[in-house]
Amino acid sequence: MSIRFNFGGDEHIFGEVSEEMSLTSFFTGLSMTNAVRTAGIRGVTEICPANASFQIRFNPDIVKPQDLLRELKSMEEAALKADPVLKTRIIELPVYFQDPWTRETCLRFRERHQDPSSTDLEYSARINGYATVEEFIAAYSGQPWFVSMVGFVAGLPFLYQMVERKKQIQAPKYLRPRTDTPKLTIGHGGCFAAIYSVRGAGGYQMYGITPAPIYDPTRKVRYLSDDMCLFKPGDIVKFKAIGRDDYDATLEEIEANRWQPTVRECTFSLKDFNSDIYGINAKLMELINGR
Amino acid sequence: MAVKVISPGLSTSVQDLGRPGHYHVGIPEGGGMDRFATRIANLLVGNDPGAAVLEATFMGPELEFTQSAVVAVTGGELPPKLNGEERPTWESFPVKAGDRLSFGFLKGGARAYLAVSGGIDVPVVLGSRSTYILGALGGHQGRTLKAGDELPLGEGSGKAGLSLPANLRRAGNSPAELRMLPGMYWHRITEAAGTRFFEETWKVAPEADRIGYRFRGGTPLEFVEREQPFGAGSDPSNIVDACYPYGSVQVPSGTEPIVLHRDAVSGGGYMMLGVVISADMDLIAQLQPHTPARFVPVTLEDALAARTEQRAALARAEGHLAG
Repeated sequence: MSIRFNFGGDEHIFGEVSEEMSLTSFFTGLSMTNAVRTAGIRGVTEICPANASFQIRFNPDIVKPQDLLRELKSMEEAALKADPVLKTRIIELPVYFQDPWTRETCLRFRERHQDPSSTDLEYSARINGYATVEEFIAAYSGQPWFVSMVGFVAGLPFLYQMVERKKQIQAPKYLRPRTDTPKLTIGHGGCFAAIYSVRGAGGYQMYGITPAPIYDPTRKVRYLSDDMCLFKPGDIVKFKAIGRDDYDATLEEIEANRWQPTVRECTFSLKDFNSDIYGINAKLMELINGR
Repeated sequence: MAVKVISPGLSTSVQDLGRPGHYHVGIPEGGGMDRFATRIANLLVGNDPGAAVLEATFMGPELEFTQSAVVAVTGGELPPKLNGEERPTWESFPVKAGDRLSFGFLKGGARAYLAVSGGIDVPVVLGSRSTYILGALGGHQGRTLKAGDELPLGEGSGKAGLSLPANLRRAGNSPAELRMLPGMYWHRITEAAGTRFFEETWKVAPEADRIGYRFRGGTPLEFVEREQPFGAGSDPSNIVDACYPYGSVQVPSGTEPIVLHRDAVSGGGYMMLGVVISADMDLIAQLQPHTPARFVPVTLEDALAARTEQRAALARAEGHLAG
């Protein structure tokens, strides 16, 4: 495997680790962007990891594009060989699945969907081989997810579930994008979950909503006062399925600015994970449950 | 010590030279879409080139000043009127407390930049006063202006009567020529489709804003057949969601190219054919819907030479204004 490098105009270098998504590719990209950050190269202005690729923006008046490319290529071997061990954190996020707001939006844009006679959840459960929506939600919230990219709009995380490929949940995007998606919707497109940080257009299937703000440009939310975006690439997220009562209670706490998500520091080794996926996940989830 | 908004125009926002450094969490650089016009407007009124200005799209606002100042309008040809009397563009002129500044109809280009001596003094957020509308961040309350808004001004000392002659400004071609470095996912389309893409004349679609410019009128792209990679999605134009460079040319479903601009969405799942070079980003800012445009393939060396030429043009303009 080698990274496909490419100049994106005169200000960007794009590196594609692989065409397909995998945790290994994500980690290679993350190792590369971490190495670039550590190197502190003059003229580099943006360092952006993505799912299976990454992008470096630079000022060609300060660093020559070919020099930067050579420097990136010199980091490639180490990144591909690295046994990725990541110091990161696990964040628990409450999610009200089958909520009335995404359901209402889902019905409003039915004619743009592959299957106008089902809801997004019913459709996704069926095409992924789950007998009921409840079983689908149990799978969705039962195992943790990696934040493999933050972007599209401010603070929006793309999440890749930490399960083997045959258990990855996949769903197509809407046939035509909706013009509206409620803020904080949990959506799914391809093999990625996403949390809509702001209200707006969108094409992902909609499954539920979290009461917890994940982006606050005013920095008033207590846990977003330093970083206005909650998520960083490399974070691990566990969805906790909640019902209407818990949703309302959490929202009340958030409005009083008393609530914050449960966050625990952790270390993640890709090698250990690949040899015992569910054992590693169980340990991560124990951290959250405080046992 | 302020500017009052009597009517906001179509889409007017506070912008400066942007806030790089947060693209990895999806916050774009932003700032005036036409950087040359933003800088020159500021220099004409004695500001730092990166002071905050108003960017008005297609239609100007109507403003009332509560103090004396010097102002200048650059960018698209949107003629300013002081208390109903026309004033020149690309030239600084004085305003007094109680004066009203409005604009006539747009005669050319798409966006005008209004600088006021002292700059628009909204709070600095993440190192910039620019408005990121999609993220409700920065500028005046994170949004475009509304009637009744009051914008604070900084302390300034501009000089009236300073101007930039036409030969020191950049003129656009018709059809507009957007130079582009092919690459990224160029290999996804057939050779015939690639040739056609550059031969055909496209037109700016009505969906053209700070996020990106959509073009239509060309032949849909033919893709090289393949089995879609895991996680990419089923359409041949889909890729595993990746970062989008500023200026990148994505073609959802292979039909209408979209060139991302200063408020770009930072990533997504559509293949890109390449990236419009940095020297031509200002040109895009001045394209009106329905304007014909062509994409012109260039090499990295061409792109760097164009960038050097653009810096030289800016230096000539700055030199002229510095006297």
